[in-house]
Amino acid sequence: MSTATSTVRDQLAVRSWKVPIAFGFMAAFAAVVFAVFGPDGRATFRLSQDSDAWQLPDLVLPAKITGIIAALGCVVLAAMSYLQTRTVGRTSRAVTSSFTVLFVAGFLIWIIGGTKTQNITLVGLSTGAMLIVTPLVFGSLSGVLCERSGVVNIAIEGQLLAGAFTAALVGSITGNAFAGLLAAAVAGVLVGFMLAAFSIKYLVNQIIVGVVLNVLVAGLTGFLFEKIMKIKVGGATIYNQPPHLPNLPVPLLSEIPIIGPTFFRQSILGYLMLVLVAGIWFALFHTRWGLRIRAVGEHPQAADTMGINVNRTRFLNVLAGGAVAGVGGAYFTLVAVSSFSKDMTGGLGFIALAALIFGRWNPIGAFLAAMLFGVAGNLKSILQLAVTPVDGQFLAMLPYALTILAVAGLVGKSRAPAASGVPYVKG
Amino acid sequence: MTDPRTEPAPEDSLSAAPAGSPGGADLTGAAAPMKLPRTGPGKDERGKDLIREIMTGSGLVSVLAVVVALLIGAVLIAVTDARVAAAAGYFFAQPGDTFAAMWAAVSEAYGSLFRGATYDPTARTWLGQLGIFETLTFATPLILAGLSVTIAFRAGLFNIGAQGQIILGAIFAGALGFGMQLPPGIHLLVVIVGGAVGGAIWGGIAGLLKARTGAHEVIVTIMLNYIAVNLVLYLLKNQLKDPASSNPVSPPMPGSAVFPLLLGPNFRLNAGFILAVLAVIAIAWLLNRSTLGFEFRAIGANPNAARTAGMVVSRGYIVVMLISGGLSGLAGVSQISGTERSLDADVAGNIGFDAITVALLGRSTPWGTFFAALLFGAFKAGGTSMAVNADVSIDIVLVVQSLIVLFIAAPPLIRAIFRVKSPTINPPTIKPPTISAQATRGAAV
Repeated sequence: MSTATSTVRDQLAVRSWKVPIAFGFMAAFAAVVFAVFGPDGRATFRLSQDSDAWQLPDLVLPAKITGIIAALGCVVLAAMSYLQTRTVGRTSRAVTSSFTVLFVAGFLIWIIGGTKTQNITLVGLSTGAMLIVTPLVFGSLSGVLCERSGVVNIAIEGQLLAGAFTAALVGSITGNAFAGLLAAAVAGVLVGFMLAAFSIKYLVNQIIVGVVLNVLVAGLTGFLFEKIMKIKVGGATIYNQPPHLPNLPVPLLSEIPIIGPTFFRQSILGYLMLVLVAGIWFALFHTRWGLRIRAVGEHPQAADTMGINVNRTRFLNVLAGGAVAGVGGAYFTLVAVSSFSKDMTGGLGFIALAALIFGRWNPIGAFLAAMLFGVAGNLKSILQLAVTPVDGQFLAMLPYALTILAVAGLVGKSRAPAASGVPYVKG
Repeated sequence: MTDPRTEPAPEDSLSAAPAGSPGGADLTGAAAPMKLPRTGPGKDERGKDLIREIMTGSGLVSVLAVVVALLIGAVLIAVTDARVAAAAGYFFAQPGDTFAAMWAAVSEAYGSLFRGATYDPTARTWLGQLGIFETLTFATPLILAGLSVTIAFRAGLFNIGAQGQIILGAIFAGALGFGMQLPPGIHLLVVIVGGAVGGAIWGGIAGLLKARTGAHEVIVTIMLNYIAVNLVLYLLKNQLKDPASSNPVSPPMPGSAVFPLLLGPNFRLNAGFILAVLAVIAIAWLLNRSTLGFEFRAIGANPNAARTAGMVVSRGYIVVMLISGGLSGLAGVSQISGTERSLDADVAGNIGFDAITVALLGRSTPWGTFFAALLFGAFKAGGTSMAVNADVSIDIVLVVQSLIVLFIAAPPLIRAIFRVKSPTINPPTIKPPTISAQATRGAAV
């Protein structure tokens, strides 16, 4: 009996009303904006492209009715969250994720229904988003590898930029895209090496090293860009013409509506991204290697006691993370566009950091967060010219605002590995 | 300015206190001399971290760090120079030519960098000749934003968000500047206060979230930077847009809301520099002589001990971030009312990130920050003339700046390069404040 009361009391102690309150506000917002003042237009989603083998009819949704349904769903889920918090003490993951999906869907339809050109190619939205998502996911995976082992990686931006530059340079010189890819990985490893050397060997604060490395890489690539890549031979900049990685459609799978063009008509980097997401997730949570990494990141003293070499594990992980981010940087110059330009990563490394945090330091979570941010970013560029109920700039703020809410614990609680950012000194 | 060894005794007992507290293990661990696989002149220093080095490291390391960074920059300039490449083609026939070309490339670049930042008798205009005033102009926002990072540092917080706070300061200052009509003098005062408030709001959000929810200020300020960039883009398309222009820029600031020029119309140097110097004096007083400053330093040294001593740590975080944001907001004012004269999306340039390196180079003391900002201002002023006269991209300045900070952050590396003996005066009873183990605990939360 006494044990039971104490458990209840423990639960009461940790019971947090943040989630139901946040959901309540969001549901109220949905009810007012999506439903009551919802636009009367229709949101038309084109599901297929003209080149597709199977043509699907367009999905036409009346914005107001869909908005009402989405808002009602949000209200119901917010109420469920309230009840769950009262009884169990916390909101279940199913409710949280359904709420998020429903709210995002209602938001999308509200925007598109209120836009003058109420016609959005869903395939265009998702394939365009992949241009942002791919480097984002590589960057986030680099962050996962580093932070799970206890090193904060603010230098993702620098690693992406170094990868992009090196891939363009080496690709142009050798004429071989794979040589460029390999060089990009090496460049990422070099940035990772500096991060590891300064933060693990010299115990310099990891955040400072990361910030400074970003500046260093921006300066180096900018300087070499001016000095080398602008050399013209016969009117052409010969050192800034990297070859292109071809798209490799997977037979059959690439014909699936929406999913096919999004995931199965990519360059080799796109498939590598999917493999890495699944592979790193499996390795982290289901192998001995992953258990060791997480031990080092959560409680290095304990890991050390068990005979794990903490600093070597961290060093190797930071190098591996650098390789992953470097390869992601190659995406910019070998797939997305065909030449390097100054600061071309444009802060995507920091969105990758945001995706990492919003995805709760989990490869799959980071991937889903990157998808969300990618779609929001692409929607912004699609809607740039149209008259929309929300300015595109606010869509661009979304990843950052969501991340702040996540670290503040207002929407779920995002918790970093316990020893992340803390140098380990034996003894 | 502030030698920690001369600081009041209570702080020493504070930083020595944390045994048994959460984070105490890291502190004591970091402070203990380490056993090293390799022997080297810097081995006793290994256990120290950056913040401690900022407080105690010798000036020699700073100077050597600048020298090494400039040397690496010189190597970069030399190997990418076209004349050097041409001479290297017949290196074995006449090696002297290669070295002569290298010397020419480097001395030309650094020579024009130095002349551009100080005094260049060959230039045609007054402005070109007396680059020193251009140095002071570039240094003005760097001093203010650098102070912003410095004061947050001292309270154990990393303010990576100077960039966003500068933008918010500039938005507020701009809106009050071209949105109101007030008599001269009063108008400028309103703009200055408004800009400080704008930056303080942005900094305060990070402080509030840190204090109330424990959200790590590094993540929050990085995200707020990008929100600020998008906010200013939105406002420049709508409310703050100049109707007379097709570009996303604001109307120009009226004459009553800009800083008066100090040296006549030939130079850009304006009264913003005086504001920056006053801010240095004020922050130096605040940090070293006031109760509030003592609280900040105590919290930075050891929040647990500060709490035990009866200080309200969460309130300290909020107040220091308000002040820090306000200083960055003033940097925004110095941009919009000083040199830029109208708001555009690039009003903050790279100042917010340079400010971090300025604060680190200045070892987190107000006057150190002042001189570091002068050095970086000189790099900016000279870099422009270097780009024109020696055809060396101004990006090399970024490389040199970041290398300086990296080397200063890792004194053992510098000592190893130059075989400098590390100072062994490190009495165990007097420990300088160590914030990083506390500040970065669970860094990404």
